[in-house]
Amino acid sequence: MTDLLVEARRLTKRFGDLTAVAEVDFEVHPGEAFGFLGPNGAGKSSTMRMIAAVSPVTSGHLRVMGLDPAADGPEIRGRLGVVPQEENLDEELSVYENLLIYGRYFGLPKKVIDERVGELLHFAQLQDRRNSRVEPLSGGMKRRLVIARGLINQPEMLILDEPTTGLDPQARHLLWDRLYRLKQQGVTLIITTHYMDEAEQLCDRLVIMDKGRIVAEGSPRALIEQHSTREVLELRFPVGLQEEMVARVDGLAQRTEVLPDRVLLYSDDADETAGTLASRGVVPESTVSRRSTLEDVFLRLTGRSLIE
Amino acid sequence: MAAPPALRVVEYGARVYRRTWRGSVISTFMNPVLYLLAMGVGLGKLVDQGTGSAGLALPYLTFLAPGLLAATAMQTAAGDASYPVMAGIKWRKTYHAALATPLEVRDLVFGHLGWVTLRVTFVAVVYAAIMTAFGATSPLEGLLAVPPAVLTGLAFAAAVTAYTARLKNETGLATLFRFGIVPLFLFSGTFFPITQLPDWIEWAAYGTPLFHGVSLCRGLALDAVAFEVSPLVSVAYLLAWVAAGAWLALRLMRRRLVV
Repeated sequence: MTDLLVEARRLTKRFGDLTAVAEVDFEVHPGEAFGFLGPNGAGKSSTMRMIAAVSPVTSGHLRVMGLDPAADGPEIRGRLGVVPQEENLDEELSVYENLLIYGRYFGLPKKVIDERVGELLHFAQLQDRRNSRVEPLSGGMKRRLVIARGLINQPEMLILDEPTTGLDPQARHLLWDRLYRLKQQGVTLIITTHYMDEAEQLCDRLVIMDKGRIVAEGSPRALIEQHSTREVLELRFPVGLQEEMVARVDGLAQRTEVLPDRVLLYSDDADETAGTLASRGVVPESTVSRRSTLEDVFLRLTGRSLIE
Repeated sequence: MAAPPALRVVEYGARVYRRTWRGSVISTFMNPVLYLLAMGVGLGKLVDQGTGSAGLALPYLTFLAPGLLAATAMQTAAGDASYPVMAGIKWRKTYHAALATPLEVRDLVFGHLGWVTLRVTFVAVVYAAIMTAFGATSPLEGLLAVPPAVLTGLAFAAAVTAYTARLKNETGLATLFRFGIVPLFLFSGTFFPITQLPDWIEWAAYGTPLFHGVSLCRGLALDAVAFEVSPLVSVAYLLAWVAAGAWLALRLMRRRLVV
């Protein structure tokens, strides 16, 4: 018996000629919030679907709660909660009926489900919507209902695929708060996201994926420390001038990244770097100094932005 | 003990139906009334007084009713095994949600077929009652026609589920009804004995599951009408459709959903 909730070794997923996940290694420990960060198509969802025992492993080793998804799929799924990227609620049915039916799929008696529904609706802030049909609910409400649905079997681990994609900022923050509460209750969270702020907010530890591979692993802070400077100075130039200016900033910072619309100067003190611009005759249209984020780590490791 | 997983899917069908039965109640109760009225009573008068060479030994309404029951079972089953299945796979993706629980594809397939069977039974019983009310058959005759009608429905439910499992979009469903279900409805002996048809259509009709369903319903319910082929052959043929359809449905649904 192992203490790891998820253990993957050389885990691979292929669809025909396409390799979606290429020999990745990672572990998820009980009680942590573990993230997969990467752009669309990086292999995050495929990895999640294998962990959730809904998608067969092509090759490699995968154990979920010590069990083999190929042999013990139903048992693994019975102990997991899944929040898929695409809403798949039964829109003809009410909020309550969605929870009831899902609970019944887990083989729970109606009495037990009814006991849990009140608490779950409170958690999802949908108490007033118990008997509403699902179809007219807002995106944020539906997403919270999907999370409540994923908790109906009191899972040891909740898997969330892009939980806040498509939500407005207010709905996102509410959702983050709910997820944070779950984590405090001891539920292990596995989250995929292409939002670096989400990963920084929620994850104790994460892996950065790109093109089916894991390119870095660690806590958000450690990853930033390891792969980026403390601060970043962003420069924007008038149209057509960027190329000329890039030549002049050479050597001003520890590292320079040139993006199509701006230039990033990596240093430990962005304001100090900004002060040296004039001496080189560099006159940007605007500047922003900020702390390094996981976006910078991703850019450093892959040469590309997270959201393109 | 928890219910077997496939039964949970049957329960799901029943719960959805409890919400949405109003949408189908018209077709369940009104279609038999309309068809029996128009074809059985209206057209039937002409048929019964006709001097054509193919005289019937019994009122046309009585001849028609059990066949129509089998055809209705087919239509109900085909409808329930197509659009809702497509919704589960593609439109609402409720099958994907279900597969994230301990349920397996076989539970979804067998559970849905189980639910369709229940619904077809309900529709068939309502139909039999209306047939009786029209004086087309006696209550016993009506009830005798129900089991073969349900078997016919199940044969179509399994085959149509398999068909739907492969579809990329809904045009395939319209095609199924336009070129599959409607011609079967018209040319499988529901409205007239298939011996009335040109030989080549008659032979094609022998191969359709609905023909066997109609033959069973009519032969079992009506003393005055003989089975068109041996009832054992018909039952075996329909069971073969059920088995082959369910097997294919399971395979194709797995290929579609477990990737």
